[in-house]
Amino acid sequence: MLGMALVIMIASITVTFLSAKVAATLGRNLRDQIFGKVISFSSGEMDKFSTASLITRSTNDIQQVQMLFAMIFRIVLYAPILGIGGVIKVLETEASMTWILALAVGLILLLVLVLMAVAMPKFKKLQTMIDRLNLVSREILTGIPVIRAFSREKHEEERFEEANRRLTRTNLFVNRTMTFMMPAMMLIMNGITVLIVYNGSYAIDDGKIQVGSMMAFIQYAMQIIMSFLMITMISIMLPRASVSAKRINEVLETEPQIHNPKEPEQAQKGHEGEVVFDHVSFAYPGAEENVLTDISFTAKKGETVAFIGSTGSGKSTLVNLIPRLFDVTEGRVLVDGVDVRSMDIHDLRSKLGYVPQKGVLFSGTIASNLRYGKDDATQEEIEDAARIAQAADFIEEKEEKYESPIAQGGTNVSGGQKQRLSIARAIAKKPEIFIFDDSFSALDFKTDLTLRQTLKKETKDATTLIVAQRISTIIHADKILVLDEGRVAGMGTHGELLKSCEVYQQIARSQLSEEELAHE
Amino acid sequence: MSNKRGPMGHGGRMSGEKAKDFKGAMKKIIKYISRYKFRLILMLIFAVAGTVFNIVGPKILGKATTELFNGLVAKISGTGGIDFGRIGEILAFLMCLYAVSAVCSFVQGMIMTGISNDVGYSLRKEISGKMNRLPLKYYESRPYGEILSRITNDIDTLQMGLNQSITQLITSVTMLIGVFVMMLSINVWMTVVALLILPVSMLIIGKVMKRSQKYFQAQQRYLGEVNGQVEEIYSGHNVVKVFNKEKDVTETFEQTNQKLYESAWRSQFFSGMMMPIMQFVGNIGYVMVALLGGFLSIKGIIEVGDIQSFFQYIRNFTQPIQQIAQVSNMLQSSAAASERVFEFLEEEEEDQLAEHPVSIQGLEGNVEFDHVSFGYDPDQIIIHDFSAKVRSGQKIAIVGPTGAGKTTMVKLLMRFYDVNSGSIRVDGHDLREFNRSELREMFGMVLQDTWLYNGTIMENIRYGRLDATDEEVIAAAKAAHAHRFIMTQPEGYNTVLNEETSNISQGQKQLLTIARAILADNRILILDEATSSVDTRTEVQIQKAMDNLMKGRTSFVIAHRLSTIRDSDLILVMKDGDIIEQGNHEELLAKKGFYANLYNSQFEKVS
Repeated sequence: MLGMALVIMIASITVTFLSAKVAATLGRNLRDQIFGKVISFSSGEMDKFSTASLITRSTNDIQQVQMLFAMIFRIVLYAPILGIGGVIKVLETEASMTWILALAVGLILLLVLVLMAVAMPKFKKLQTMIDRLNLVSREILTGIPVIRAFSREKHEEERFEEANRRLTRTNLFVNRTMTFMMPAMMLIMNGITVLIVYNGSYAIDDGKIQVGSMMAFIQYAMQIIMSFLMITMISIMLPRASVSAKRINEVLETEPQIHNPKEPEQAQKGHEGEVVFDHVSFAYPGAEENVLTDISFTAKKGETVAFIGSTGSGKSTLVNLIPRLFDVTEGRVLVDGVDVRSMDIHDLRSKLGYVPQKGVLFSGTIASNLRYGKDDATQEEIEDAARIAQAADFIEEKEEKYESPIAQGGTNVSGGQKQRLSIARAIAKKPEIFIFDDSFSALDFKTDLTLRQTLKKETKDATTLIVAQRISTIIHADKILVLDEGRVAGMGTHGELLKSCEVYQQIARSQLSEEELAHE
Repeated sequence: MSNKRGPMGHGGRMSGEKAKDFKGAMKKIIKYISRYKFRLILMLIFAVAGTVFNIVGPKILGKATTELFNGLVAKISGTGGIDFGRIGEILAFLMCLYAVSAVCSFVQGMIMTGISNDVGYSLRKEISGKMNRLPLKYYESRPYGEILSRITNDIDTLQMGLNQSITQLITSVTMLIGVFVMMLSINVWMTVVALLILPVSMLIIGKVMKRSQKYFQAQQRYLGEVNGQVEEIYSGHNVVKVFNKEKDVTETFEQTNQKLYESAWRSQFFSGMMMPIMQFVGNIGYVMVALLGGFLSIKGIIEVGDIQSFFQYIRNFTQPIQQIAQVSNMLQSSAAASERVFEFLEEEEEDQLAEHPVSIQGLEGNVEFDHVSFGYDPDQIIIHDFSAKVRSGQKIAIVGPTGAGKTTMVKLLMRFYDVNSGSIRVDGHDLREFNRSELREMFGMVLQDTWLYNGTIMENIRYGRLDATDEEVIAAAKAAHAHRFIMTQPEGYNTVLNEETSNISQGQKQLLTIARAILADNRILILDEATSSVDTRTEVQIQKAMDNLMKGRTSFVIAHRLSTIRDSDLILVMKDGDIIEQGNHEELLAKKGFYANLYNSQFEKVS
């Protein structure tokens, strides 16, 4: 018997080992897959899901599914063996009372079904409430300075409270419904035992069975019911996990709209560094109105082309079309003489030095951030880039200089520093084409000017596209496009536009004094 | 990930790396839930009752069997028959007992889920309150994803753990005691032998627990790390794409994920291993008791029937031990989670209330900086000895190159940070004499960072003054020149800003934050790069609105565009944290110093 016990132990440990491994593998693979998928998304898909929701899907939801599977593997392997073994034994001993077993199984299934029907809709709601709580928490965490400035701590606590209360209420309902399950199961089990004895006593009286086989029958019945119990245990976790699984699946099933072409075209000789917009129109997916309408221009190698216009005129959208963060709705964008849609997407992006509107840094060190676009950049190269971006001074002031840590999201450097680092990051990459998406407005005039002067000097051959607010930033551009409600309102140099373009005149007048205007 | 020390002295991930103190965490949980004393006791009573009825059950069922057996014997020997009435009675009684037991466990479950839900609820609530009392410094030194995960994942784990483990703990212990009593009543010596397995069990539980706890912590830590990466990469999605970093970030992620996987399966495995081992130990005990039982029955000390029932009780005896072992696993993950939650709740707060707070009623808004010196790190002073006097109603501009400490001045004024030495006074009262929130009521503020939340435009503007009427909100929006663009939105003022507030542009957001500040209507205004994302045509219009707004108010303006500050009463020129020049526009230009240089550089040619 001891030997038997030892074998059982070893077998069970093996099962545990396998189930733990399989469940963990599943979780890991799902994480890898969903992460890879999200990475492949274009900005369109990101907007569709919202970043917050994608984060929950990649973290919480996967955790749920993984937990369920850990349970399933451990239980599902046991339960049927126990259950089927029990049934065989029962049929061997006495068939006249098998209807009791059928009754037991029927009752258990009924119970589970009823509970599921009650709890399932609430389970779905539960997830949206978790999302809501996450969102509110995120908003509070990102808005701490503003909340404090307005002294709205109470208000935020109330907003959180609201989300918290609703989550708790739903949670309570769901949990309580599930609480009902165990006692009810026990009652069914015990009731069945009583029923067997009651029935059995008559059968014994009739001499159909013996007391011993009735006792055995009880044992087997328990075994069968237990195996069903185990399976229903899983059903407790099933609803929440299935909702999670669905949300994960939604992400996995979404196909990114922007694809790498199957047979990419090579850059055309003689057109290197050239950016051409050919009657480009663009509307966000699902939107009725165009953000950009019929834009055409050419930026030759080494030229500086600037975009100016009021807020919402589509300047940022325009430059986002070049790295294919979005694809044009009509017309085409050419880089190096090739439509960006037929170019290898990695080749395309490796030509670009992109500086987003909002400085985004990644955790690591200053150096690791500067090397982001060029892994093998030497210390000299990154120091050079930092110098051009006017970032060298503040970096040198830091104790650990280029090895100074950057916190997640770059929260430990100021807005202007973040912006300069993200400019330096693009410079270190030594791209053919620079895209500055309103990257200078977080800088003061002086820094802005020095930065541009140095940049111009050091990167003569690069084509530069600048989205700007300030005329002073773009005053010396080779070509200025004035955008108004997504259309080109004027194109030319500063001097030409001052004479010919009304919108430009208005902008200029608002920024420069008469004297300065005359000076030009 | 870099483990180097951050500027604040500790990196973001430190919390996960700290040595975990299981006992301490448990103590904290117990202390926390002791506030539900009454309900816990009630739950205890129901749990014990439910279990006791369950323990008694088999014995009564045994009675029925005995009755049946005796009846059968009597029938065979011809002295009577089976007393169905008696059996029926016993079974009916038993059924009632079971029903009561079920009701008890159900009530117990209801109470316990209630408690654990309340624990989760109030912990979340405390965290949300705590978030508002922590110094700004706390947030600047760690990723918010980490705090977020405490609010959701950790509290969730804790809540679930509490719910299941406490119930199981109570029923198991009751079961253990009940069965122990039953066993003693049968035979003392056999009980002693059966108990011999206890220390062995304890030893094994202890060993396995120690290991699995280690992996549980690792799992929790890597989970945090994986989630942190997800948060960071998803937020910087654009940059990752354009820099062709998809492969690199995926590789890094897969590495961390692999670590998570290693610790995840190990923690699962070790916790799962406990059960089979315990079963094995239980079986050894079984054999030992069988040997002794056989010996005793040969000696005629006990009946064969007693051995049979004793075996049943041994089975019932090892079962709760196994359950306790399972519970210990759950407690471990709960402890790990609770440690992170309590750690957050125990962070040092900034004092909210002054001892003898000065009322802000009737203050005029004279601000005086008196030899102020400050550094985020006391070793690195960035503002040295700054003094200035500002009279009520003046417009003060702060200019200077990026990183000169302009925003720091504002942070000091709002008391996000306290000065290291010197003082800032409003109408002669040191800032520290005010209650923090009251002090801030005095300021209206528009920051470079345009923070809005997922709600309607109306709600977002009303944030400035919660009791404002719709008309007042619209008036403020008009003053901020936001009305036009709001009306072009699909739902006008009822347009809901989406989660990322990406359905309006950066400049439009800024207009809304300006409207919000206009509505707030405070004594002192702070405009930190308030119009940096607004196009200049709009800016001129807003400027006019602002000028109106600023009339009679003290205002501090930080701006890059020097054109917006030409008419200030006082311009403070900052460089490297110090005020190097002050005066009005003409005076400063005449000085031909740093300011004049800065001003002229706007129009310099790129040579």
